[in-house]
Amino acid sequence: MDLVLFLTFAIIAVVCGLSMALQRHPVASALSLIGVMVSLAVLYVLLGAEFIAAAQLVVYSGAIMVLFIFVIMLLNAGAEKTTHKAGLAHFMGIPLLLLLLAVSTWVITKSTLAGKMVKFGAFSGGGPREVGWELFTRYVLPFEVTSILILIAIAGAVRLADRELD
Amino acid sequence: MATNFFPSNADMLKFLPETVLTLAGTLLLLVEGFKKERDSRTGVAMFTLLAIVAAMGASVVAYQNPGLAFSNMVISDGFAAFFRVVAYVVGIFTVLCSMNYLEREKAHTGEFYILLLFSLAGQGIMASANELMMVFIGLEVSSIASYILAGYLRDDKRSNESSLKYFLLGSFATAFLLYGVAWIYGMTGSTNLGEIRTALSSGAPSSIMVPAAAALILVGFAFKISAAPFQAWAPDVYQGAPAPVAGFLSAGPKAAAFAIFLRVFLTAFDPLAAKFAPVLWMMALATMIVGNFAALWQNNIKRMLGYSSIAHAGYVLVAVTTHSTMGTAAAMFYLAAYALMNYGAFAIVTHVAGDGEKHVTVDDLKGLSQRQPAVAALLTIFMLSLIGVPLTAGFFGKFYIFKAAIEGKFVWLTALGLLNSAVAAYYYLRVLVVMYMHEPETTEHPEEIPGGVKLTMWVTAAATLVLGIFPGIVLDLANQFAVLGK
Repeated sequence: MDLVLFLTFAIIAVVCGLSMALQRHPVASALSLIGVMVSLAVLYVLLGAEFIAAAQLVVYSGAIMVLFIFVIMLLNAGAEKTTHKAGLAHFMGIPLLLLLLAVSTWVITKSTLAGKMVKFGAFSGGGPREVGWELFTRYVLPFEVTSILILIAIAGAVRLADRELD
Repeated sequence: MATNFFPSNADMLKFLPETVLTLAGTLLLLVEGFKKERDSRTGVAMFTLLAIVAAMGASVVAYQNPGLAFSNMVISDGFAAFFRVVAYVVGIFTVLCSMNYLEREKAHTGEFYILLLFSLAGQGIMASANELMMVFIGLEVSSIASYILAGYLRDDKRSNESSLKYFLLGSFATAFLLYGVAWIYGMTGSTNLGEIRTALSSGAPSSIMVPAAAALILVGFAFKISAAPFQAWAPDVYQGAPAPVAGFLSAGPKAAAFAIFLRVFLTAFDPLAAKFAPVLWMMALATMIVGNFAALWQNNIKRMLGYSSIAHAGYVLVAVTTHSTMGTAAAMFYLAAYALMNYGAFAIVTHVAGDGEKHVTVDDLKGLSQRQPAVAALLTIFMLSLIGVPLTAGFFGKFYIFKAAIEGKFVWLTALGLLNSAVAAYYYLRVLVVMYMHEPETTEHPEEIPGGVKLTMWVTAAATLVLGIFPGIVLDLANQFAVLGK
């Protein structure tokens, strides 16, 4: 089962990666990148790294992708092409969205109340507690030094993007 | 569980230089917010100098507290202290040369000093890293600050090009490094240099993936030290970057990159040494040839010094190839000597280039001996040292490297390296010919040399000569510190 899941999502990741590099439209590339990141999140879950998988989804597929899309929009991605093929989406979109929300709410309340942990793969030890512990004990120095990078980014952005002097 | 999350004092002492630099940088970041654009930044520059000198003192403190710190993330030893001091000395010269330069180019803001301090902190981390994660973070801290420094003259197209090129290619190279680190972790289950060595010498992961991962890491380092075939960025970046920054890039970050290169390949990848000897051999030779022959055709001095810096990286790689304590010591001595003489040359370029860096071709040096005899004389010292003429630091640098190469039975590499030095003499001597044998074309009264540049020029020239007569001052230290903890 693990192997099947791994192979499936590894192949999806590679295909999406290729697609990202080969697509002509930047937005299509960005969407392929989401595919890569989501499949990587699945691979992390298989490795028992639930926390990293969640962070991968929230930070990369969420925040970083929004940033990418912003940059693409600012750099003027070119006119969007409409195909008019998605007729179904016109009148089924909102009902389907509501259905999705309802189902996911039901699943979440159900599983939380049951209080059981879902576990994939043969590995464990990647929960927030373990990651946090490692981060603030063994890896505290790299963790703190990374903050210098952020300070550099601030100083650099101020310098490179500031108004003209004259 | 009652765990004390505060690092112990002993750990903090081993990381003191970086702490000092980071604190100083952060403090300046706060102060800069209250400054107006046109306010004088002399105080900021002086504070930066003070902070670097303090960090130098701190590296001595760190040296006196040897050992591993922060769960084996960093190591404090003589090797780290040596490279820290080399980088800080280059940092001091950069501040001295930049003060008036930035004023002249109307770009005198505090971020320059902040980025410089952070970049030096990154180089300190590189020099003392004992873990591939720290290697990566140190490299990024040093590099990202350097990318911005290279593009500091925001309104200058050459500076923009330099920064962007450096950033794109640098990030690409770092991706290789990171990929190699991931593979190594997959193979050995560790990113700690000592543990990797133990895992590799026990011979457990014998697959082809291990040398492949080491090769990926090698690509990352080769880019940072501008070794062929990853050298293409260097001339463009040095040509476009502000002259004091170009000098900094060619000496400070490069020495730190060699430090981490040596440490990783002499400790973690020591069991792979035999496999990598031919690769390093060819890389050293290609780097020398590409650098020296391309430099022959250059008319822009900064570009020429860019190619020359590639060639010098090739000489140091010869020392790395020998894979011996003697070779390591020779590389350390060479990097220190090169930092002095090359920064001196860039200090003179900073001055001679003039407002807006308009006079940066070799022809602009015509008749410099008549217009500014002292400057011409100092530049002569630097050029002779870069050639490797006796009584200069460059001579002993090359002498020890080739001595180490011959003792390591790399006779052919030595012979080809010496031939390369002869080729190099041509383009360095051309500068002397233009300065002394041509009539000046301009009748402009030479600008007065700013104090900081003047001090840098004289100090680097004096140091170049002193090391050329008493190389033992630095060489004894290099010999003592070249033994890496295994």
